[in-house]
Amino acid sequence: MQNTLPWLSLAIWTPILFGLLILGAGRDRNPGVVRAVALAGSLAGLLVTLPLYLGFDPAQAEMQFLEKGIWIERLNAYYHLGVDGLSVWFVILTAFITVIVVLAGWEVITSRVAQYYAAFLILSGLMVGVFSAVDGLLFYIFFEATLIPMYIIIGVWGGPNRVYAAFKFFLYTLAGSLLMLIALVYLYYAAGGSFDLLGWRYVQLPLVPQILLFLAFFAAFSVKVPMWPVHTWLPDAHVEAPTGGSVVLAAIMLKLGAYGFLRFSLPITPDAAHELAWLIIALSLVAVVYVGFVALVQTDMKKLVAYSSIAHMGFVTLGFFVFNQIGVEGAIVQMISHGFISGAMFLCIGVMYDRMHSRNIADYGGVVNTMPRFAAFMMLFAMANCGLPGTSGFVGEFYVILGAVKYNFWIGMIAATTLSLGAAYSLWMYKRVIFGDIGNRHVAELHDIGGREFLFLALLAAAVLWMGVYPKPFTDLMGASVADLLQHVGQSKIPQ
Amino acid sequence: MNDMNLFAAAPEIALASAAMLILLVDCFIGEARRNVTYAMSLAALVVVAAICGVFLSQDAVVYAFGGLYVTDPMANVLKMFAALSTGLVLVYAQGYARDRGLWHGEFFVLALLALAGVMVMISANSLLTVYLGLELQALALYALVAVRRDDARATEAAMKYFVLGALASGFLLYGMSMLYGAAGTLDLNELARNIATGRVASRAALVLGTVFIVAGLAFKLGAVPFHMWLPDVYQGAPTPVTLLIGTAPKLAVFAIAFRLLVEGLLPLAVDWQPMLALLAVASLAVGNLTAIAQTNLKRMLAYSTIGQMGFMLLAMFSGVVGGNTMSAANAWSAAMFYVITYAITTLGTFGIILLLARQGFEAEEISDLRGLNRRSPWYAFVMLILMFSLAGVPPTVGFYAKLVVLQALLGSGMGALGGSAAIWLAVIAVLFSLVAAYYYLRVVKVMYFEEPSDTRPIVATPDMRVALSVNGAFVLILGIVPQYLLALCAQAMQRTLGG
Repeated sequence: MQNTLPWLSLAIWTPILFGLLILGAGRDRNPGVVRAVALAGSLAGLLVTLPLYLGFDPAQAEMQFLEKGIWIERLNAYYHLGVDGLSVWFVILTAFITVIVVLAGWEVITSRVAQYYAAFLILSGLMVGVFSAVDGLLFYIFFEATLIPMYIIIGVWGGPNRVYAAFKFFLYTLAGSLLMLIALVYLYYAAGGSFDLLGWRYVQLPLVPQILLFLAFFAAFSVKVPMWPVHTWLPDAHVEAPTGGSVVLAAIMLKLGAYGFLRFSLPITPDAAHELAWLIIALSLVAVVYVGFVALVQTDMKKLVAYSSIAHMGFVTLGFFVFNQIGVEGAIVQMISHGFISGAMFLCIGVMYDRMHSRNIADYGGVVNTMPRFAAFMMLFAMANCGLPGTSGFVGEFYVILGAVKYNFWIGMIAATTLSLGAAYSLWMYKRVIFGDIGNRHVAELHDIGGREFLFLALLAAAVLWMGVYPKPFTDLMGASVADLLQHVGQSKIPQ
Repeated sequence: MNDMNLFAAAPEIALASAAMLILLVDCFIGEARRNVTYAMSLAALVVVAAICGVFLSQDAVVYAFGGLYVTDPMANVLKMFAALSTGLVLVYAQGYARDRGLWHGEFFVLALLALAGVMVMISANSLLTVYLGLELQALALYALVAVRRDDARATEAAMKYFVLGALASGFLLYGMSMLYGAAGTLDLNELARNIATGRVASRAALVLGTVFIVAGLAFKLGAVPFHMWLPDVYQGAPTPVTLLIGTAPKLAVFAIAFRLLVEGLLPLAVDWQPMLALLAVASLAVGNLTAIAQTNLKRMLAYSTIGQMGFMLLAMFSGVVGGNTMSAANAWSAAMFYVITYAITTLGTFGIILLLARQGFEAEEISDLRGLNRRSPWYAFVMLILMFSLAGVPPTVGFYAKLVVLQALLGSGMGALGGSAAIWLAVIAVLFSLVAAYYYLRVVKVMYFEEPSDTRPIVATPDMRVALSVNGAFVLILGIVPQYLLALCAQAMQRTLGG
């Protein structure tokens, strides 16, 4: 397919340029203009990703919408972009979530509005860059650069303990990615002086270097996903971040880590992946079961959803490392679906927090009496969070469980406990917050959601239902690429 | 090679003449018209940078003064950046120096003479010239540190700087005398030839001499364990002088390290490589760990400099594998890129400190940056870029500096230390980068996450505003399109080593 415009570059640079414009020209005296420009920027960013969906050829496993130009000659690094079935949905998801985040911050953010929106727009462009980079160095630069705006977002607009959370977030993720940098430079030499991600899949490597590389990638991506036991930054970051920050963190930033497994660990070090699959599977199951229990006892709603995110991401890594088509596809579907659901859950909490300034479950009760429309939306998202059939949460989990059972019955069995655990923590929280008698006079004074809040919740609800009822467009696009990936994973790279 | 060839030294001659002229003119114009000599100094620096640029475009290696002196592409690149950075120092110093009565002719003249010393060091092709340049630069800087003579801290810093600097010069000179004694020549190229062909009196004397040379270089670079002077001098000296010490002289030390170790002592690489490796690791550890505890921004930057120099040292020892110039060019150009970008970034950071300083207020505590984002979003953003660049986070130029050093380190195969040692060193280096990220982030935290305690408006002359903004933007733009500077360093180093 011959594309005429550099759509991926547009998808990266449109939000970044709008962000820089707002940063440079935006004044806090007229926040209305800033908001309007930010919305325009995010919509433009979403618009330029549409051709990616429309023009994508699902039969092709290779990268599409390729753009390539020499960038740093000395290092043989290219400005090389492209998407395949593994990444195309994440580009669109990122642009979509950015629109939601802009809407969500509309009336809530009143201080330093310009910087707030600039940070989110720039962050959005950088994350699209991560998903579309086909050059190892370019990938790393986008991957790392996302830390800066997120650090600022948590630290400036966050809660009381925001400084601690911002530092923890930054240093944890930096620690992992610095080790990956060494791995990238090592691969650069192993590939004869090239940062080409596609070429790296064919580099022959003995088992020991493969394992070391795998562990370096694991350090970077497991922190980002995050996998147990390096997950502790996430609840802190989520609790302190402003609503928009939590949404972006849960919906997209966690996917950067999972995507890294798909792009680096599996195809580049397949033998190590097989060798260490037991480790990943074990950690994933711990995330699913243990972290599920941890979520159950949380008293803070944001913390609860943060732990549930870790549990759901455990499903994603489990799906990757059972090495079959249905498992990997299910994991990717789960990533997309979790983007919608976790984003929606954090927005719901944000809606309540804006009114009550509390995230404590105990401070609520009987919200349905004063906010019926909101309660309906939250019902849907809570159900989706526990994987109710008909919602997007079901599809991914079901596929992954099928894949896991195919790999080993008992692993599938343990993974399936998430269905009851997820229901337990999601619905129990929902019951305590929404149902029952009106707990206190603050709840009694609540007013239901307005048009803006209705809009972003409805958009997410539509996405969740669409994906739950008719997931075919999603799985169709990724099928060929997943098959190709699995073929690479199946081939030993150990030189004979 | 035996002719004078004065033209090759045109930048230095122009600079020294300008310094004399400015000294003279300044005697005749009054306090009110100091801008004349300021403008003359800037003009002289621009002319010098331009001459170096022209030389660079000719891409030639020219010897002068009977082989005492060499003008090669590496020298031209470094001199150009040294001249431009000294110009920026003068621009940044303006407001600060005026407020404190330091805005005198001797400030310009001493700065220009220090630069002349820097340039002589960069172009040295003989042990004697290295020493000559070093002393010229050091004497001018000693005087500058002491220029606030009624300030106790500055005097103490000057004293320390002088005593330890003299000790370092002594080390270097002692080492040189041993090299001369063993190899019978002061010329660096001949020195290498004599060592390679075995025409030396005693190899033990050579190695011992090398130890002293490395120690002297480490002193000047501020590498652990020869770093004791650096924090006190950085903190005690007037901020513009700190800035001057932190930029052009670092380029010069890099240059003489290259001249001495690669051009002169290449056959002894097996001996000096482990020394540099040790210095690198110690500097990374001590510099970065100590920086965490600092509350004074200048002192923190001093310790961070120690850590940064440690990182640069990693590239300096990793290039030479059995005299293979291909990887030497790669590694030393990585170090060159590192030191140049370090100078650019340091200029901006101290520029911000000078911007915030005013009459009776030094703005040198980290807490003085509190709430800068409220007071001036633009300068807070500039400082944010600079801090992330020092921390090595993309998309800033500091990231590429760290990247090319790691690339050089892992690519070397590590002649002296063996393959897996390179990987361990790389791991150590990135772990200390993580430590470093913490204290750079703290500066960002203070600027962005806290409310200002000082709400006075920031006043600065227009030239300072423009220069500082360009400086900050440059660090970001170089972070997006680093290829030109990288290629410039690589080509200069390739040509210098090959020619």
